Formats: sequence, structure tokens, C-alpha cells
Amino acid sequence: MSDSTTVANGEMADAPDARVETHAAHPPYQRHHFESVAQQFDATNFAMWLFLLTEIMFFGGLFTAYLIMRNWYYPAFVEGSHHLSIFWGTSNTAVLITSSFTMAMGVWCAQMRRKGGLVLCLSLTLFLGFVFLCIKGIEWHGEWVDQHVPGLRFTDVDFLHPSMDAEVYKEYQDAPLAPGMAQKTEQYFFLYFAMTGMHALHMVVGISILIFMLFRAIQGAYTEGHFTYVENFGLYWHFVDIIWIFLFPLLYLVSRHAK
Amino acid sequence: MSAATIVTLPDQSTARIPRMNFLTKENGLLSWLLTGDHKRIATLYLISITFFFFIGGSLAALIRMELLTPQTDLMAADTYNKVFSMHGLIMVFFFLVPSVPATLGNFLMPMMVGAKDLALPKINLLSWYLYIIAGGLMIYTMAAGGVDTGWTFTTPLSTHYLNTNVVPAVLAVFIAGFSSIFTGLNFIVTIHKMRCPGMTWFRLPLFVWSNYAASILMVLGTPVLAITLVLVALEHLAHIGVFDPTYGGDPLLFQHLFWFYSHPAVYIMILPGFGVISEVVSTFSRKRVFGYTAVAFSSVAIAVFGFFVWAHHMFIMGISNYAALVFSLLTMLVAVPSAIKIFNWAFTLYKGSITFETPMLYSIGFMGLFTIGGMTGVFLGSTGTDIHLTETYFVVAHFHFVMVGGMLMAFLSGIHFWWPKWTGRMYPEKISQFAAVTTYIGFNLTFFPQFILGMLGMPRRYAAYPPEFQVLNVFSTAGATVLGVGYLLPVLYLTWSLKYGAIAGNNPWQATGLEWQTQSPPLTENFPETPIMDHEAYDYEWLERQQAREVASVG
Amino acid sequence: MTTEAEAHATEHHIVSPKLYLGIFAALLVLTATTVAASYVDLYVFNVVVALAIAVLKASLVVLFFMHVKYSPKLTKLTVISGLFIFLGLLSMTLADYMSRAWGRW
Repeated sequence: MSDSTTVANGEMADAPDARVETHAAHPPYQRHHFESVAQQFDATNFAMWLFLLTEIMFFGGLFTAYLIMRNWYYPAFVEGSHHLSIFWGTSNTAVLITSSFTMAMGVWCAQMRRKGGLVLCLSLTLFLGFVFLCIKGIEWHGEWVDQHVPGLRFTDVDFLHPSMDAEVYKEYQDAPLAPGMAQKTEQYFFLYFAMTGMHALHMVVGISILIFMLFRAIQGAYTEGHFTYVENFGLYWHFVDIIWIFLFPLLYLVSRHAK
Repeated sequence: MSAATIVTLPDQSTARIPRMNFLTKENGLLSWLLTGDHKRIATLYLISITFFFFIGGSLAALIRMELLTPQTDLMAADTYNKVFSMHGLIMVFFFLVPSVPATLGNFLMPMMVGAKDLALPKINLLSWYLYIIAGGLMIYTMAAGGVDTGWTFTTPLSTHYLNTNVVPAVLAVFIAGFSSIFTGLNFIVTIHKMRCPGMTWFRLPLFVWSNYAASILMVLGTPVLAITLVLVALEHLAHIGVFDPTYGGDPLLFQHLFWFYSHPAVYIMILPGFGVISEVVSTFSRKRVFGYTAVAFSSVAIAVFGFFVWAHHMFIMGISNYAALVFSLLTMLVAVPSAIKIFNWAFTLYKGSITFETPMLYSIGFMGLFTIGGMTGVFLGSTGTDIHLTETYFVVAHFHFVMVGGMLMAFLSGIHFWWPKWTGRMYPEKISQFAAVTTYIGFNLTFFPQFILGMLGMPRRYAAYPPEFQVLNVFSTAGATVLGVGYLLPVLYLTWSLKYGAIAGNNPWQATGLEWQTQSPPLTENFPETPIMDHEAYDYEWLERQQAREVASVG
Repeated sequence: MTTEAEAHATEHHIVSPKLYLGIFAALLVLTATTVAASYVDLYVFNVVVALAIAVLKASLVVLFFMHVKYSPKLTKLTVISGLFIFLGLLSMTLADYMSRAWGRW
């Protein structure tokens, strides 16, 4: 969260004498309002967990909307999901899980004070994050081409006449939907874009922080015994992974056999 | 008022404000805008929310003026819709939600737990900046023509019609929500991790407990509002979504998600007020709060129950009768911890040495008005009476009794109570007592008639009404004028007191909290050295012993 | 300074890379399983299996990658309270939807 090495020197300079002494005994990364490094670690770690708590509820609203809408417009949601690519979805899941693993290893490297290892792990995580976004981009592009982008470029013709999309039809033999229900596939894609979009936004934020961390790690900032920042960022990254772990089956998998 | 007072001020001829304090430490605008000091951020917040309070207040004045006559003569009906919507939005998200936590809470929380600062000072500053950005957007919304959806952004009104500024308003509330999340998060971390040696959970002042409960609600509830508003904005822009029936959405889903936050939000607004009342009532009756543990846990109970009652806002919207039954029952449960608090404060007063300084006057006003507000809430929580009363002025009166009569009274009580700590100077006593009484009278005159109007069936949110309701509306508008005077006075005399108020000394009220044991205004790091809590909260005998020892050692 | 930092570091349980590798492998296997399961027609149980595996995967990430297994009670409580409130939102909302028309869905 807060960058601990930037202890305000100005504040220290004119503090009463007694304080200066205790300040001097602090490691440079301990911020002045904490009594000890352990307290600082505990506090920032707990703060990160609380932030993730808000994130659970943030995505929780989306999942609730998805659940209700899927039950309301079940056929539309089923046939809508048949137009997603399980291949890309699975690949992306694997990519994200791998990035979680490299991130966890990054935390381990920071704990063990291995600078080279940390830099490598962070670079790999960063790279995998980009790969994830690229694959997501390929998928979104596919939806744009198929005219499945609600509000911008959408037609329900694929659901009124499923045989028009030969590839999907070959696999699923979807029955044509009634016009009213076919229209509701737009709901599915609205939620699909809202959910994957929100997730991707979190990835973008994570990647930005990763780039910043990579520079700091090269300078050796996290391998001097102060790994709080890496640990906390790791929590965020794993959380984003967990969201995808749920999005993947809900959006791609559960409707494969449903009629 | 009684002549008795507990105020003990230092000798005014020799007393000085401490030269070194958090206000004088650094100078210049930048030292304020880049500060990490919780007390300075609290000051920034105090100025900002006062600004928004008066914008919201002016809008309220416009509403009351329009309602003076049955016809729509002051403004057109659609203008009226925008005025009450903006009034609600500004008052809820830019005054009530941040009022006590972001100002008094920010100022006091670290001192009460014996810490140097909140756990995350930069996040705290970020929260203020988010508030300001959100506030700017809200002002922009207003300048661009306002929103007419009501503060609830009711779909499909907010998603279907393009003639109002829903998107900037939604964005403003979204950002303000994150400001409040960060404040809540900071408080929870501070209370868990930053307590000084000896400060156990049951030695914490009740102000800390109630802010803790409110913070839990902020952290868990606000994100649901945030994602709901994102969906509203997307729906408004893309013309497809999950809330608008013409697109196949469900407006009730919006209501569920919206009230999942906005009902707990009511407790976000009122719980910190409870904390203020606990401190003030104890100090001015010179007694430990009766049933400390019960009061502490009732805050947490309100927070927990508060999450499972939201659908009582939706009884007439077509939710299932069975669900209505369950939600109605759960709503009754919330009345229990609220009543525990009121009874415990009453028992604290019983046989106490009560004095009637301004904070106490406001607190007593709070207890009366909040009780009325809470009891009428029970009417509204019963499914049967709710059908008759909801969407009438009865509801308006009910939540104004809780929010204005309750929360605003508590806020003013707290501001007066901690003003000497904050600025080092006392506010003028007589005129502030006058202001407190004026507020009380003005408030009752404004909102009590609205209960009757609601019972008679006057619907809310209309610019015009049948002529037979005029008498009560005139009462209400007259009361609003008195209330306006009551709110303007503190601004004037508190500003005056910044330069001319009497020097307060460390502990003018003889209060026991840790914040009173340090200098006023406090040092940047609050205490010269980390305090050690060696007594229970509200231990007035400890305070006497402490003072006797000081006299002895000085003598 | 160093000693304090070291003492601090040893306070935290450091998960070994071997365990991380094991969890990573388990997550990949579970991903493969959930995809494979979706190709088998299990009627209503497709959803159940998919969600059960997702919960299992998420638990592995939370417990080991996020160190909750070795964390203080407070962290565990935070995770649980998040789930509790989320389930509250879900179940109470569903309670309305489901009882609005008993038996129709």
C-alpha cells in the first residue's frame, strides 16, 4: 500500500529530541507512526485483506446479478455461452494460475532475500499478465466480429438461426430460440463483458503496480528484509486469480450440456 | 440553564495555546494538501463537509419554499424533482456518510486508541482527495442541470431517460464510495493493530466501538453500491442491461443491490453518532456509561443485523410476501440493540451529576429525536402499516428524525465537545446553548407536522399538493427557517472562537479519554510519549487521583 | 536493524517452493478436470461439479498462495466474514426471487 521507504525526513527533523532517538533506531523502511516493523507488517497486511473483502463484495454484486439473470433467461444464457471459446478460456485459466504461482515464488524470493529470483519471478508474472490480457483481447475481438458486443455491435441472428454459425452449430446443435428469448442473449453478453471487463481492469491495475515493483526490485528494495509490499501485492494478484477461477466455469463451462 | 458547570479553564491571564501543535507545525498550503497527519486531514474534511452541508441545506430551503403553497409556483415540477434529488445526494453521500467518521473520527480515533496516527496516513489523504473529486463532480452535475431520479437512482428512471446527468452523478457517488471505504478500512486496521499498551478492547471508548461497527458496514456494503452504480452507468450508456424491464432487466434486482448498501448506509450514518452521544452523556453526568459492554456489543449487533433487513425498503415494490415477512421480522430485531443504547444512556443519566453544557444539550436533543425516529421506523418495518405509510411524508419525517434529529444533533454535539481539543479554544457557551435549543425547536416544528401529513396521505416527491395540507406545510416551512438559523449560528460563533475564544487547556470537561490527557491542540504525533492505558474507560476516580497527584507534584 | 528484520522475517511461516509447486500442479490438474467434466453430460450436476472444483481451487489459492493457513485468526476471520456477507446477499436476494413464485423456477 504505502511505500515505506519514503519516511518523511522533514517530520523527523523537527520532532522533539526524544523522538529523534527512537526514530534513529528504526530500520529505514519503518514508517514513523508504527511502534515496530512487526506492527507495520501486521497493519498493512490486514489492510490489504480488508481491501480484498471489499473486492469480494464488489464482484459479489455482479455474481448475484449473473445468477438471477441466468435463471430468468436460462436458454439465452446457455446458447450465449456456447459462443465462447473453451480453448481460449482454458488457456487463460492456465496462464493466470501460472502467474499466481510465479507471484507466490516471488514472495518466497523476497522472503529469502534473493534479488535475482525476485526480479525473474516478477518479470514472469508481468509477462503472463500481459499474455492473459492479449488472449482476452483475442476473445473480445472475436465477439466484435461475431456482432456479440451489446450496445455497440449486436445482433441476435446467431440465436434465431443457430445453424448460421457452422462451427458452433456443429458442436452444440442448438435449437433456434424464440425471438423474445434470442434478444435476451444480449443480457448474457452484457454480463459477460461487465464481468470479464471488471476483471481485466483489475489485471491492468495489477500490471501497472507490477511494473513499478519490478523497477524497485531491480534496485533491491524488497530483498533487504522488508517484503511487505511484495506480500501484499501478491494477495491482490491471487485474489484477481480467484475471481477468474469462478468466472471461467460460470461463463464458459456450466452451460455446455445444458439445453 | 443550570448555573452548575464542570468546565474548568486555566487562568486566562497566563494561559497560552501551546506553541508547538499540529496546526502550527508546518505552514503553507502544501503542508496541508500533502499532509499525512490525521488531525489535519480531519480539518480538511470538516471544512469540505461544512461546505457541502450548506449547499444541501440551501436546496432544502428551496424545497420548503416551494412547498409553502399548494401550487407549483416557485419552480416547475421537474426542477423540483432535481432539487430534492440533489438535496438527497449531497446530504447523504457528501455530508451524512462522512460527517462524524471523517471529521471527528479521523481526528480522534488514533488519539483514543493511543496511536500516533491512523495506520495508513496516505490512504487517509487519498480518501479526502477522492471525496473532493467526487464533490467536484457532484457540483458539476448540479451546474449541468442536476439529476431527477431521487438519491436512490431508481431504475428504469435512471437508465432509460437521457435528459439528466445520471452518469456524472453516478460517478461522483462511486468515487465518494471509495473515499468512505478507505476511511472505514483505515479505522478497522487502526483499531485492531495500533492500540497502545494496556488498551484492551473493553477499555476502548464507546466512540471507537461504534465507529468500528460503522467501518465494517462501510467496507462490506459500499462496494456493492459501487458495482451497482457501474451497472447503472453502463446500462445508461449502452442501452442494454440488467435493470431496465424494456431491455429484459429487473428493476427489483437494482433495488435489492442498492438497498443492500443503502440500508446499512443508514447505520453508517447513525452509528458514529451513537459513539459521540456515549462520550458526551458519560462526561456530563460524571458516570461510566451504564452497561458499557452491552452498548459496545449493540453497535456490532446493529452492524450485523443491518445487513439482513434491506428489503423493508421494498415492501410495496412487488417482492414476495414470504420474503417481506422475514425481512419485517429481522427489521424488528434491529430495534433491540438500538433500544439497548437508548436505555443505557438513560440509565447513565440516572443519579448522575448532570450539567447542561452545549454538547449535552445537543445529546439530550438527540436522545429524544432519535427515539421518535426509531419508533416510527418500527411502524414502517411492519408490512401492514408500511403499505399505508410508505412513499408519504411519514417516511420523510421518519428518516429526517433519525438523520437530522439524530445524526446532525450528534455531529454538532461532538463538534462542540471536541472543539476545545481541536482548536485549543472554547466556543462561547451562552450563544451556543441558544443555538442548540433553537435547533431543537426548529427541528420539531419542521418535521413533526410531516408525520401528520404522511398519516393523512400526502405523497413525497411532489411539487404540488392538495390545498387542505397547506397549514401543516406552512408550519414545516416556518420551522425550517428556525432550523436554518440554528445551523448558521454555530458556523458564525465557532469561526469567531478561533481567534477570540477562551483558552481551553488540556481538559476543560474533566473527561477521561486519552485524547483529553494531551495538550490542546495536540502535537502532530498526539502524545509526547506512547501512552499506557492503566484504567478502565470512563473511570472518573482515576482522573481525580491523577489530578490530585499532579497538584501534589507541582506543589 | 538486521537482527530485528530477521526476527521479523522468521515470525512468518515461509512456505517452501516445493509446496508451491505442488499447489500449482494441483491447480492445473483441477483446471483440466473441470474442463473435462464439462464435456461429460451430468445433467444438473455439471454446475455442481464445476462450482465445487472452483471452490476447491480457490481454497487452495487462499490457503497456500495467500498463506491463510499460516495466518493469524484475524485474517481467517476476515476471509470468512467476506464469504458470510456475500452468501447473505446471495441467499436473501434469492429468498425473494424464489418465493415470489413458488415452484416456477
